[in-house]
Amino acid sequence: MSRLTSRSTSRLTPLTNLLATWLLVFGLPQSMALAAVPQDSMAQRVKACATCHGQEGRATNSGYFPRIAGKPAGYLYNQLINFRDGRRHNPTMTYLLAQMSDQYLQEIANHFASLELPYPPAQTTKAPQATLARGEQLVRQGDVARGVPACAACHGSAMSGLAPAIPGLLGLPHDYLLGQLGAWRNDVRRATAPDCMGEIARRLSPQDVSAVATWLSSQNVLQPVLQPVRQKVAPAGSLPTKPAMECGSGFR
Amino acid sequence: MNVMRLRSPKAVVSTLASILALALGAVVLTAWMNVRDGEPLDARQSPAIPTSDMAKRGQYLARVGNCASCHTARGGLPFAGGKSLETPFGTVFTSNITPDTATGIGDWTSADFWRAMHHGRSKDGRLLYPAFPYPQYTRITRDDSDAIFVYLLSLQSVAQPNRPHALRFPFNTQAALAIWRALFFSPERFEPQKEQSEEWNRGAYLVRGLGHCQACHAPRNPFGATQSNLELSGGLIPMQNWYAPSLASPAEAGLQDWSIEAIMQLLQSGKAANGSTLGPMAAVVFSSTQYLNDGDSGAIARFLKELPRHESTQPDRKSANSDGHGLGQRLYKNQCAECHGDNGEGSGAYPSLAGNRTVTMNSSVNLVRIILSGGFAPTTRGNPRPYGMPPFGQTLSDVEVAAVATYVRNAWGNNAGAVIPLNVQKTR
Repeated sequence: MSRLTSRSTSRLTPLTNLLATWLLVFGLPQSMALAAVPQDSMAQRVKACATCHGQEGRATNSGYFPRIAGKPAGYLYNQLINFRDGRRHNPTMTYLLAQMSDQYLQEIANHFASLELPYPPAQTTKAPQATLARGEQLVRQGDVARGVPACAACHGSAMSGLAPAIPGLLGLPHDYLLGQLGAWRNDVRRATAPDCMGEIARRLSPQDVSAVATWLSSQNVLQPVLQPVRQKVAPAGSLPTKPAMECGSGFR
Repeated sequence: MNVMRLRSPKAVVSTLASILALALGAVVLTAWMNVRDGEPLDARQSPAIPTSDMAKRGQYLARVGNCASCHTARGGLPFAGGKSLETPFGTVFTSNITPDTATGIGDWTSADFWRAMHHGRSKDGRLLYPAFPYPQYTRITRDDSDAIFVYLLSLQSVAQPNRPHALRFPFNTQAALAIWRALFFSPERFEPQKEQSEEWNRGAYLVRGLGHCQACHAPRNPFGATQSNLELSGGLIPMQNWYAPSLASPAEAGLQDWSIEAIMQLLQSGKAANGSTLGPMAAVVFSSTQYLNDGDSGAIARFLKELPRHESTQPDRKSANSDGHGLGQRLYKNQCAECHGDNGEGSGAYPSLAGNRTVTMNSSVNLVRIILSGGFAPTTRGNPRPYGMPPFGQTLSDVEVAAVATYVRNAWGNNAGAVIPLNVQKTR
C-alpha cells in the first residue's frame, strides 16, 4: 500500500493571507466566544434526563413521565438496571442506558435521590367518590379477601417510600401509575424474583388498579413550607420487620 | 407447446439431459464451494494442554471479536445466546456457546469450533448463517481459534436450548444458504503483506478478521453480502437505521488525518478530542474495543490511518438553506446552543458541530438519529462518567427536527444537503 501523500498547505496566496488577516481581526473574537464550560458535576452530566423527567428530575404533575427526584437511591438504581437489562421496557431508557456500567448507574441514582425539591400540587380528578374510597381503602388497608396487602404496609404510612429501595407513591401522574400496574399485570414490568409487585398487581381487578392510581395521583404531598422538605417527604422510617410478601427487591 | 411439438422426441430428451447435466453440475459446484478448504475434523481434536494462559488469551480475543455482544440476550446469562438479530430476511437467534453439553458447545472439539469460525459450518456440518460474521472470522489463525475455544469451555455452563431462526422462505433453507455461500463466501487465511510493517499487518489481521469491522462499515448487496471491493467504505446497517460511516473517506469517519494516539483513545475510551462514539459504535467500544491492549489498539490505529483514501461523492445540495424560514435557527438557539455553543463551537464535554463530520457527511441518518434518540458515550476506564445528549424525539416534530438538522448542516461554514421531514419520519 502506498503511503498517503498530503498536499502542502503551508503556502498561502496573497488572497488567503488577506482573508486570514480579516478573520483574525473581525472573525475570531466572535467565533472564539466559547460557551460556558460545563460544570464538572453530575447535574450537568445527566441533563439529558430533563427532557422527559423535567428540570432536576422533578417531572410535572401531568403527562406520563415520573418524577425521579428524591426517590430512594436503591429504587432508582434497581430501575436503571432493570431498564438496561430488559426487565422494564421503554426503548428510550434502554437505548440511553445500554452502554453504562453498574457503577455509573449507581452514581446517577444517588444524584437524583439526593435532590430535595418541592412537589407540585396533585392532579385533580373527576372520579366518582366510590372510586376514590375504594382506592384509599386498598392503599391503607389492602384487600384481605384477594390477598392484597395495603400499599402503606411497605411504601410507608405517608406513602413517601422507605430506604433503601421502596419508592414513594405520591406526586406521580395518574397515567404513569396506571401504566406501571398494568405492565406488572401483563408481566411487561418485572423486578428481581420473587416479584411481589407483579403478584399484587395480578391479584387486583382492573377496576381496583384504576381506583388505586386515581386516589394516589390525587393526593398532595405533605410538605410544610417552613420545614425542610426532607423531614416529611424523603424516604424515611424503618422497614417493616416482616414484609407483607416475599420481595426480591425493595427490601435489599 | 407448439415448439415442443415441432421437435423430435430425441431432441427433447437431449435438451432435457443437457439441462439436467447443467443443474447437476451447478449442484456439484455449489456443494464443492461449500466444503472446499476443509480439513479432516480429527486433524487436531483438542489443544494439547488447555492452560489458564490460553483461556486468558482466549478471553481477550473473544472480547476483540465481540462474541458476547451477540451471544448474550439482554439481561440474559453471558454467552448463553438467545439474542434476536433482525435481518432483511427474517430474525436470526444467536446460539448458546457455553460448555453445556446438551444445549451449548460442551461436546464440540477445537476442530469443530475452528470449522465454525473458518468455514461457517456447525458441528453437525450444517451451514451457518452469515449473521455470524464468519466471512470475516474466516481469517482467524487456528491458534487464536483454539484459545477462544478453551476460554469458552472455561465458562459457566448454561442449559438454554437454542431458539430456531424465524427466516422467510427460501432463506430458511440450507440450499439457499449453500448458493449464497457459493456466490459470496470463500474461506480465507490471513496472509501478511511483506512490504508492510508488522504493526500494520497485526492491525489488518484484527480489522479484517476478529474485529469484523467490515460487517457494518461496508455496503451490503441485495443478498445481504458485504462487498469487499471497497474496504470499509461505509454502509447503512440493515434494520438498525444507523449509518456506519466510511473509514476510507476523510469526509466521513476516515482517520487518515488523525494522530495514532487519538485513534487509540477513541477505540479504548469511546471519546477523543475530535470525536466520540454513539449508537452501535458506542456498543462496540463498550463490549469490545475498550479492552484492547495498547499494542493491538495501536496496530488497528496504524492500519486505519493508512487505509487508502476514497473520497465519498459530494452531496447533492438541493435547497440547502430551507431550514423552515428561521425555525431551525430558533430551535438551535433555544435547545442546542447551551451545550454546543452559539456558533456550534462546542466545549470540553460537548462536541463542536461546526466542521463535525457526523453533521456534514452525505448521509444525514446518524445526525437525525442522534437528535431523535440522544445518547451517552459508553462508560469506559478512560471516560467513566460520560455526558449525555437528550432525546428530542418526544418533544420535536418531524418538521422541527428536519429544520434544526438542516440548520446545523449549513451554519458556521458547514455546507451539506437539506434534511426533509420525510427522512426524519423514516428514521423514527
